[in-house]
Amino acid sequence: MSSSPAHAQAAPLSFNSLPLQVTTLVKRFGQVTAVDGISLEQRVGECLGLLGPNGAGKSTLIRAIAGRVIPDSGQVAVFGAPAGSPAARAALGWVPQELAIYPRLSATENLRSFGRYYGLSGKPLEKAVDWCLHWAALEDRAGELARNLSGGMRRRLNMAAGLIHQPRLVLMDEPTVGVDPQSRNRIFEMIEALRASGTTIIYTTHYMEEAERLCDRIAIVDHGRIIALDTKEALVHASFGSRSQVFARFDGAPAALVAWVAQRSGRLVDATAEFTIEHPAEIAVLLDSASAAGLQLVDLSLRRPNLESVFLNLTGRELRD
Amino acid sequence: MLIFPIVRTALVALRRDRPSLALSFILPIAFFSIFAVIFGGRHDSQSKISVILVDQDRSQASIQLSQALQREEALTVTTHPSSKPKQAHPPDYTAATAEDAVKAGDAPVALIIPRGWGVNPIAFNSAAGQSGPALQLLNDQSDTIAPQMVAGLLQKTAMTAMPLTMAEQGMKYAAQYIGGFTPAQRALMDSNMARLRQLEAQQASAASSNSTNPSAAGSSAAAGGLIAVQLRPVMGKNTHDMISFYAAAIGVMFLLFTASGSSGALLDEAESGTIDRVLSSRITMTSLLAGKLVFNTLLAFTQLTVMFLWAWSVFHLDFFSHIPGFVVMGLCTALAVAAFGLLLASLCHTRAQLGALSTLIILVMSSIGGSMFPRFLMPPAMQKAGLFTINAWAIDGFTKVFWRDLPVSALWPQVGVLLAAAIVLFLVARRIARRWEYA
Repeated sequence: MSSSPAHAQAAPLSFNSLPLQVTTLVKRFGQVTAVDGISLEQRVGECLGLLGPNGAGKSTLIRAIAGRVIPDSGQVAVFGAPAGSPAARAALGWVPQELAIYPRLSATENLRSFGRYYGLSGKPLEKAVDWCLHWAALEDRAGELARNLSGGMRRRLNMAAGLIHQPRLVLMDEPTVGVDPQSRNRIFEMIEALRASGTTIIYTTHYMEEAERLCDRIAIVDHGRIIALDTKEALVHASFGSRSQVFARFDGAPAALVAWVAQRSGRLVDATAEFTIEHPAEIAVLLDSASAAGLQLVDLSLRRPNLESVFLNLTGRELRD
Repeated sequence: MLIFPIVRTALVALRRDRPSLALSFILPIAFFSIFAVIFGGRHDSQSKISVILVDQDRSQASIQLSQALQREEALTVTTHPSSKPKQAHPPDYTAATAEDAVKAGDAPVALIIPRGWGVNPIAFNSAAGQSGPALQLLNDQSDTIAPQMVAGLLQKTAMTAMPLTMAEQGMKYAAQYIGGFTPAQRALMDSNMARLRQLEAQQASAASSNSTNPSAAGSSAAAGGLIAVQLRPVMGKNTHDMISFYAAAIGVMFLLFTASGSSGALLDEAESGTIDRVLSSRITMTSLLAGKLVFNTLLAFTQLTVMFLWAWSVFHLDFFSHIPGFVVMGLCTALAVAAFGLLLASLCHTRAQLGALSTLIILVMSSIGGSMFPRFLMPPAMQKAGLFTINAWAIDGFTKVFWRDLPVSALWPQVGVLLAAAIVLFLVARRIARRWEYA
């Protein structure tokens, strides 16, 4: 973003402070505790992923950082300023999960409107609009009404509108929801360009691949809590060490399969037996044992554990349950 | 035929669609009730007609007529303006001040009893110059019913309230046209007249209400108008200018619909999350609502302007002579209407709710506020209820400007009420909009 227009903010911010500090944040909606004592810090230029299933509390956490949710307890500071304060608002760009754009305005008109809401005008505004259109690859469709754009283009416009004032911290709440694979790749490229420019990003998703591809560190969120927070490699290592995972499917009596998997301390997920092994040589021992139990191997794969495995290991549930 | 499943599905869908249910049942009942109260013969609460009375004659006949008119249940007769803080006992109306009062809309009709009327109150053979000066009925043409009612009641009141005068006048005309009475007839008549005088004196002392004594002059003449009444419109306007009434009446109703529809954009923006995003910028809820208020005000004012320009170009309304008054009333009305729309939108959660609620409230407001039929047709209680609507104040203001030619300074009651309403409605809408502000 070095070629981007001047940052639109007037309020004093402490840029020596961390971009984001969340301290024991709690938010309840009636009987439901959406955020249950979350604390986290983010470094400048870092892309922090919030990975968790739907309803884990990711969006509530994002909205609390954006100042749109008043926490029951705890604090959120954006570059040292309280969330929701004018200084925090100016430093922060929010890309909500919903398509929060004006359908009857063109792409350019949408960007201009949101730019004005942040106090931009004149040449800085036009420069910011041009930058956003270029970033979102919407230059060719700049005059098109938002409602006439394709789903992927609307998503990109939705993202660009959150960056019109060139914020230093960007919150992206599941920006690829409902987007086809081709458009998703385009969005990834946009985010990678943003990362390369040094922008600090918080990225929520329930797609493990997105978190792995885009994020420096990943916070695994479940039931309103962060159950693990580290780099992907560190998270995997913490859960699995140097072990690998074996996935095998067999023909045979289901009861025999269940009994055999339990005997070998494995896990049965969707008729697939999962085992964690330290050395590949352990595979031969497993297969001999299966054969002795009357099970015939159909297929087998060996892989390094991923974030999905980590989530399953930590919660006992699949990420997309 | 599988008809029942279709009926059943539609029934379930309707039951879940509360706005449609409300429109289906509440709106017709509300409207039926309003029309029933206005036109359904609720005589006990029928509207009274205000009449300003100026008795220049001060004769026995004029005093009798004045007193009888004041006893008339269908009329509210006033002889002087209502007292003000600085003037506890304002002087009686004169012919000139009564005319001004009618022009200002204080009353739809003024009755002037001219000097010398009591000498010869019956208009019998007025063409031959044998009757005295006629009663003057000054009227405001915007109310077409009041002068007719008052003229009719005048004839009836004269017949019943002044039997002695009527009898004397009758005998005078009889003697003139049949060549006099015999002494015996004269004696009998004098005796009867004496009895009549005695009866009148008793009635006056008892201060009873309407006399039911049969009139000596005969009732058949009443319809023809034994009392000469000269009807004189005082506005000096052509009927084209009444177009302003309809432009304001219809205009305000549609302005209310437009404003509520336009404010509904708030609900769309809340649903799409756009409000959340806007409020995460430098825009606050107050500035967001104020922006919507300004936009809706300008939209409503433009609508009114187009409507009045149309009335000027097609119906020859004298628009360009009334620009200052129009601008003042137009802006105040537009502001109040815009604030009202914001309040409705802030009360609702969905467009469907807003559609149902606004239809219900706006149609009821428009009917009791004078957008559908003039308020002077309504019973007093409903006229008072109409004062709680934007329609009534807006229509009154535009009527003052275009019909009564009053200066902008005379609009202060309407301007004050509409501005106060706008402020209150906006503040309430702002308070309710807190639900969009934070979770």
